[in-house]
Amino acid sequence: MQFLFKTHYNDDIRFLAKTGEKIRVALVIGLLIAAPLLLADYYLAELGLLLVYAIAGVGLMILTGHTGQVSFGHAGFLGIGAYTHSILLSHGVPFSLSIVASVVLAGAIGMLIGRSASKMHGFYLAIATLAFGILLETVFGEWGSLTGGHAGLAVPGLQIFGLRLTSAWQQYYVDLLLALVVILGASNLFRAPTGRAFVAVRDSELSARCLGVNVEWVKIQAFGVSAAITGLAGALLAHHLTYIVPEAFGVLESLKLLLMIVVGGLGSILGAIFGAIFISILPVALSFLKDVLPPSIGQTAGLEPLLFGLIIVVVIVFEPLGIYGRWMKLRFFFETFPYYRKSSFVRQKSYLKTERLR
Amino acid sequence: MLPLSDVIHLGITGIAQGCAYGLIALGFVLIYKATEVVNFAHGEFMMLGAFAVLAFSEALGWGFWPAFVLGCLSIAAVGYLVDAQIMRRIIGESQASVFILTVAFGFIFRALAGMIFGWNTRSLDTPFDGKIGLGSLVEINLDRIAIVVATVILVLAVYLFFSRTRYGVAMQAASQNQLAAYYMGIPVKRLVSFTWAIGAFIAAAAGALLAPVTQIDTTIGFLGIKALAGAIVGGFGSIPGALLGCLLIGIIEPFADYYLPGIKGVSAYVVMLIVLFVRPEGLIVQTYKKKV
Repeated sequence: MQFLFKTHYNDDIRFLAKTGEKIRVALVIGLLIAAPLLLADYYLAELGLLLVYAIAGVGLMILTGHTGQVSFGHAGFLGIGAYTHSILLSHGVPFSLSIVASVVLAGAIGMLIGRSASKMHGFYLAIATLAFGILLETVFGEWGSLTGGHAGLAVPGLQIFGLRLTSAWQQYYVDLLLALVVILGASNLFRAPTGRAFVAVRDSELSARCLGVNVEWVKIQAFGVSAAITGLAGALLAHHLTYIVPEAFGVLESLKLLLMIVVGGLGSILGAIFGAIFISILPVALSFLKDVLPPSIGQTAGLEPLLFGLIIVVVIVFEPLGIYGRWMKLRFFFETFPYYRKSSFVRQKSYLKTERLR
Repeated sequence: MLPLSDVIHLGITGIAQGCAYGLIALGFVLIYKATEVVNFAHGEFMMLGAFAVLAFSEALGWGFWPAFVLGCLSIAAVGYLVDAQIMRRIIGESQASVFILTVAFGFIFRALAGMIFGWNTRSLDTPFDGKIGLGSLVEINLDRIAIVVATVILVLAVYLFFSRTRYGVAMQAASQNQLAAYYMGIPVKRLVSFTWAIGAFIAAAAGALLAPVTQIDTTIGFLGIKALAGAIVGGFGSIPGALLGCLLIGIIEPFADYYLPGIKGVSAYVVMLIVLFVRPEGLIVQTYKKKV
């Protein structure tokens, strides 16, 4: 068991307090940097996609996990990022400008949504964002002159400062760099007053308001930040897809993003990363399962959505903190060995606490 | 401009559609009022209901009505079990998890329905085929009228149940303050599950009555999302509000599809977003800000 001896106020807000954490993070970053030497191109592209989803996950996590605002339409922001980026690139705008433009546009639309969302409550917001996502998909499909409609839009190749980046490892490093920046930025956000206000609003709007937090403005900020990060992920995703169609940014994609953060663990940046790993492995595991199971079961249509749903149900019912919760318990077990008890993480019994008056 | 008969025809289609939305929304609102859970899988209850009625009528061969009753009751049992086995465990979790859980139920129900009943579109024989003339101007399909009549009957039944019976009043109490209801000796858990059963029953009835209009396949559950949109337009906190909102959505939809083909199928969401931007609590406000 390690005791933390704090000698400075900054010790309270350090990113990584314990030696073990530092070693683990350094190891992971080292492995990620060395990955092009270790992996074949196909796996490298998959790893790059995983990083892109991790970025999108962090974006949604800030909104849903940390600020408590459910969004069923986040793939819409992904789409805004992807389409803005691809359209600007095909008009000859350089990469660095167009990626900034897609982040800014997604963020601005996010703040606009946030402005009206700040007045909505709970599921009104969920259903409004769902409608927003459906509408955006329709807009991408119908605005044919700009987006190529349902026929789709080809994404120009990756080119930074006149340098053509065509191989998998170059694209991978772009993803990695931006993913690290986003994760660091998000972690930083939650040691600052802005991020703390987000969490306060999630835990209780009423008490946050009493503590002088401007709840409406916090929600607008959260939507803006979240949409901007998701827009960035969308721009990077466009390069992975190389050809974008409106259906790629529909409700199913939004649900995939939500699945990611719920299974990963709501309310932690690490959870978003776990979630991204999970949904990258899930299709592989499912196709493996199909081969293993007898054909009468394995080849049944609808097996995938069934398992998809079952996984979510099992995770939410038995481990509401997701993979991150498991990880936390595992760590606690080793750090406090042999003091871990079955009752260490017992959930409190709770009853319905309503915000309604009648 | 449309001729008058077409306007009336579209209007009647819209009213019937709105009533169907209203039936689904009724279940949404009941469950929401009891548990503050919005059941995104409610459209799937409707889909399962249609399939169950179809299965019973094919298996038993006793005609439509016995199959209708059995099908709706079996879906009510499913609704009861969903709450008693799963939803009950996660009371007090963050709303995000609860929403996502119900969406996951939607996936499971759709997949199971496809596996059990097949992925093809099926049709259900109901006693409501045929038309009746209204003057010499328009003819109305009987199945549309059946939906409207069923809506009126079910809404009336629900109203009487909640205002006149002991159980209904106890449910109202549990909805207003769960903890206080516990203290008063009300079996809150059982009542909440029972509310789920009622909601599922109504949704299943809607599914069976809609079957001649929409046919039956695994995707008709998505109507539930439109019903949700309608309920939000009217204000989720109140049953009359939700029904009115659904009627509104139902009537606007065929006309919007006719005049604005660009937004075919999504006009319900456009209306809902506009209403939400102007009046975030819906047209009929029921919730009030909590005071400290």
